[in-house]
Amino acid sequence: MGKKLEDLFKEDLKVINIGLESFSENLKDEGYDAVQVDWKPPAGGDKEMAALLDDIEKISDKIEKANEEAVERMQKSEPVVVDVQTAKDVLPNFEGKMILHAAPPEKWEDMSGPMQGAAIGACIYEGWAEDEESARAMLDAGEVTFDPAHHHNAVGPMTGIVSPSMPVWVVENKTYGNTAYTTLNEGLGKVLRFGANGPEVIEKLKWMEKVLGPAIGEALRKTEDGINLKNITSQALHMGDEVHNRNKAGTSLFIREITPYLLQTDYDNETIKEIIEFMSGNEHFYLNLSMPASKATMDAAHGIEYSTVLTAMARNGVHFGIRVSGLGDDWFVGEAQKVDGLYFPGYTEEDACRDLGDSTISETAAVGGFAMAAAPAIVGFVGGTVSDSIKFTRDMYEITVTENENFTIPPLNFRGTPTGIDLRKIIETGILPAINTGIAHKEPGIGQIGAGLVDPPEECFKKAIRAFAQKYIK
Amino acid sequence: MAKKALIKEGTYFDSVTLMSISKDVKAINGVKEATIVMGTEANKGILESAGLLVPEAESAKPNDLVIVIDGEEEVLNKAIEKTNEMLAEQKDSSDKEKEYKPGSLDGALDVQPDANLVIISVPGEYAAREARKALKKGLHVMLFSDNVPVEDEIELKKIASKKDLLLMGPDCGTAIINGAPLAFANVVDKGPVGIVAASGTGAQAVSSLIDRQGVGLSQVIGTGGRDLKFKVKGVEMIKDMKALDKDDETEVIVLISKPPAEEVSKKIMDEVKKLSKPVIVNFLGGDPSVIEGTDAIWADTLEDAALKAAAFVKGEDKVSAAGLTEEEIAEIAKEEVNKMSSEQKYLRGLYTGGTLCSEAVILLSEKSGDIYSNIPLKEELGLKEDLKSIKDTVIDLGEDEFTRGKPHPMIEPSLRNERLIKEADDKETAVILLDIVLGYGSHLDPAGEAAKVIKEAKEKVTERGGYLSVIASVCGTDKDPQNLQAQEEKLREVGAKVLPTNVQAVRVVNKILSDLK
Repeated sequence: MGKKLEDLFKEDLKVINIGLESFSENLKDEGYDAVQVDWKPPAGGDKEMAALLDDIEKISDKIEKANEEAVERMQKSEPVVVDVQTAKDVLPNFEGKMILHAAPPEKWEDMSGPMQGAAIGACIYEGWAEDEESARAMLDAGEVTFDPAHHHNAVGPMTGIVSPSMPVWVVENKTYGNTAYTTLNEGLGKVLRFGANGPEVIEKLKWMEKVLGPAIGEALRKTEDGINLKNITSQALHMGDEVHNRNKAGTSLFIREITPYLLQTDYDNETIKEIIEFMSGNEHFYLNLSMPASKATMDAAHGIEYSTVLTAMARNGVHFGIRVSGLGDDWFVGEAQKVDGLYFPGYTEEDACRDLGDSTISETAAVGGFAMAAAPAIVGFVGGTVSDSIKFTRDMYEITVTENENFTIPPLNFRGTPTGIDLRKIIETGILPAINTGIAHKEPGIGQIGAGLVDPPEECFKKAIRAFAQKYIK
Repeated sequence: MAKKALIKEGTYFDSVTLMSISKDVKAINGVKEATIVMGTEANKGILESAGLLVPEAESAKPNDLVIVIDGEEEVLNKAIEKTNEMLAEQKDSSDKEKEYKPGSLDGALDVQPDANLVIISVPGEYAAREARKALKKGLHVMLFSDNVPVEDEIELKKIASKKDLLLMGPDCGTAIINGAPLAFANVVDKGPVGIVAASGTGAQAVSSLIDRQGVGLSQVIGTGGRDLKFKVKGVEMIKDMKALDKDDETEVIVLISKPPAEEVSKKIMDEVKKLSKPVIVNFLGGDPSVIEGTDAIWADTLEDAALKAAAFVKGEDKVSAAGLTEEEIAEIAKEEVNKMSSEQKYLRGLYTGGTLCSEAVILLSEKSGDIYSNIPLKEELGLKEDLKSIKDTVIDLGEDEFTRGKPHPMIEPSLRNERLIKEADDKETAVILLDIVLGYGSHLDPAGEAAKVIKEAKEKVTERGGYLSVIASVCGTDKDPQNLQAQEEKLREVGAKVLPTNVQAVRVVNKILSDLK
C-alpha cells in the first residue's frame, strides 16, 4: 500500500492481457512479460448469473471472512480412524429397514441400475429377502427406507450402499469432535458398490462383517490414538496417489501402520494373513479411509454463515448434488453427466452408468482430482501427459480459496493443493471442479468398466448461487 | 473376422497408457476389439471373457506385453503396426511443458504474481467487471474495450484515483508504458517526453514524430476519449500529468485531446499551473486562449506538438522545420494539377486514424472552405444516410457507421480499399488523401495493401483521360514492425505523393484545391 502511480514507471512492466491475444503476443515480441488469460464471459455469458454475482459482491467482505474460516477449519481438522463398528450401532438415526446410498436423495424407482442392484444385494445380505426377485418386490412395495449416507455422517464410493449390518470405519475429527463413517472397500471386480449382487458378492460381504471388520476394529482399539489419516494422505500425495483414483501408496502406508496391531489381536495367523492379503490385493483399500477423512474434514467446515465454500459434492448415477457451507443441509442438484473415459476391454461408453458416488468428497476436501498433478501414473485419465495433469490441478486454483498447508504436490514445487471450492468463482470463471472417477456398468451386477473424467452439471451451481443470493441479499 | 496377437517379452507399460492406446487402435476402421495389456493372470481372465485369449497370449508372462487385435483380416497388420508406433511414441514422448493459459485474473496472478498492469479488451458489457477486479487487486488498467457505460467509467476512475492507479480508457487504443507498446502503439525510443492523450491516433502521431526527431518518450498514457467530457471531468488526465510531473525521466509533458468541455478545460489548466515541468497543450481545433494565465505552450496541430516537444528537449529556441517550404508545396501541387482533366474538382479523404482525420478536417476547412464528413465541423456538412461523398469530403472510416460488423480499417484495409475504388469511379474526384498508420496492432503491410488499390484506381482514371492524385502520409517509425521507410516506398512506387506528416499532406491538398478553383 501507499504505492504511487509514478512508482510504476520505475518497475519492469509485467502485463496480464484479458482479451485480444495479439496484444500479449506483441509484448512478448518486444521482450516484455505478458500472461494471456483464456477469458470467458462470467457464467458463460449468463446475464442473470452475472447480476447475482454483482449483488453478492456487495457482501464480499463477509463472504471472504466466512470462507477463510471454512478453509481454516478444513486445514485444522485431524481425521483419525479409531475403530471399525457395525453401521446400525454407530450411524445416527440409522434404524429399521433402512439402506443408505450415494447422495443426493433419490427414490427407489428413479435410481440408477447399479444402485438398484446394490440395494437388492443389501436386502439379500441383510437376510430381508432371499433372492433378487423377492428383494425387488419388497423394494417396489416400499418396505425399505432410503436415505443418502451423507445424512448420517457417512459417505460411500460408487453406489455408496450401506446397510445396517455392514462394518464401517469410524473416523473422528480430533480437532472438532465430529465423526464420519464409510464401509470397508470390497476390492475390484464384482462388488456391491458397483451394483453386483451375486452369491460371491454376498459371501465376501459376510466375511467382511464377520472377520475383516471385527479384526481391524480390534487392532485399531489397540492403537494409542487411532491412525492419523491426514498424515497418510499427505504422504501418499508424495508417493504418486491423489487418494481418489489412485490409492496404491495410501493402501501400503495403512497396511504398514495396522499390521503390528493386527498381530496383537487374538486372531490366528491364518486369518491375519488372509486379512493382509485382502488389503494388499486391493489397490483401492485406502479409498474408503480417505473418503471418511474428507467427510469428517468437510463436515467441520459446514454451516458457516455467509460461506460460499462447497462442503459436499456427490452423485447417484442420476443426479449430481452439492452442499454449500452457508446454505444449510439443502442439496442443489443437476443431472449427473456421462463420464469421458477409458474403458476396459469389451466395454464402451454405451455400457456406462452416468456419474456415480460420494467419492467426490475428495475433491471438496482438496485431494482427488484437485491433486491430480501429484499422480503422474494416472495421467491417462486426464489427457495423457504430465503437463495435462498439472494443468488439471492448476485450473483448480482459480476456483478455490487457498492453498493447502498439509497436502502438497511435489511436481508443483510442493505447492499446497487447491483448497475450499468457492461457489462464486465457479460461476464467475465457468471453470467446473475437476473430477476423475471410476465408471460403473449401467446394468446392475457387472461392476467397474473403466475410469475417466467428468464434469459436474453447471445447473447445480447456478441453483446454489440463486439460493445464496436469496438468503443473504435483502 | 480374424484375430492377431503380438507378445512383446519383458516390455512394461502402465495400464492407463495401454488403455488409452487400445482406445485409439480400436478406432481404426475394421478393428472390432483391441486389447493391449500386461500378461498378468487377471488380465488373461479379462482376455478370456472377451474371447480374445489366443494361444500366444495364454503363455504370456506378467512382464510381457500382450497385444490382441480382433477385426477384419486386412486391417490386423495395420493395427499392430499402429500399436507399435504408439508404444514407441510413449517411450520417447518428452512431454514438453505446454504453455499454461489461466482462465481468470486470479489464475493469471498465480502465474505472474508481480504483474502490475492489466489490458482489458473483452466486450464492453463485461469490461467494467474485469477492470474493477483488477483495480481491487491494486493493478493498473488499460481498458481497450469500448461500449462501456459512462457511469462505469466514472466509478472506475474514482476507484483508480483513490488507489493512485492508471485507468486508461475505456476505448483507450494506445499507450506506451515503460517502453512497452500496448495495443495500437508505435515502437519508439525511451526519452524525456511524456504524453497524456485522450485520443489513440493522436498519441501515435505525436509519439512517432517525436521519435523521428531523434527524441525519445518516457510514457505515453491514454485516458480514453470521454475523459475530458463534462461528465468524467478529466480525472484521468489530471492524475496522469501529475504523475509524469513527479517522474524523474520525464522532462516535458504533452497533453493531447479534442477541445474539452469548458469547465473541464479550466480545471485542467488550474492543474497545469501547479506542475513544475513545461507542458505543451494540443486541444485539436480548440481555442489557444485556454492556456492564458499558465506557462503552457500551445500547439496547433499534432505535428506542432511533437516538434515543440522535441525542440524543448534539444534546447532549441526555434522549432525545427519538419515541414516543406511554400515553394516546395506549390511545386508538388502544380505537378499534380497539371495532369488532371477539367472534370476533376474534388477531394476525397479516406482516413483510418480518427484524430488524424479530425486534424485534416480542421486544417482543410481553414483554407479550402466546406468539408463534408462523417465527423463534420458543422452539422450541415454531415454525410447523408447513404454515406456517399459530397463535393470535398473527408471520412473517418474507423467510426461505427463504417465498422459495424467489420474489422477496423487499421487492422484490415479492405473497407478503405473498396471505398477508394468507388471514389476513383467518380469523375469529379481529383485528389485522394490518405493516412497509413503503422505500429503494433495495425495491419502488417498497410501501405502494400493501399498501393495495390492506388495503382488500380490511378489506372482507371488515366484510362478515361484524367489523373488521380494520391496524397498520403505515414504515421510510424523505422522501428515499427512494418518499417516506416519501406512503407513510404511502397506508396511512392505506385505514384502516390508521400508527405512526412498529415499536416504537410493537408497543405499539399489545400494547394491543389486552390489551384483547381
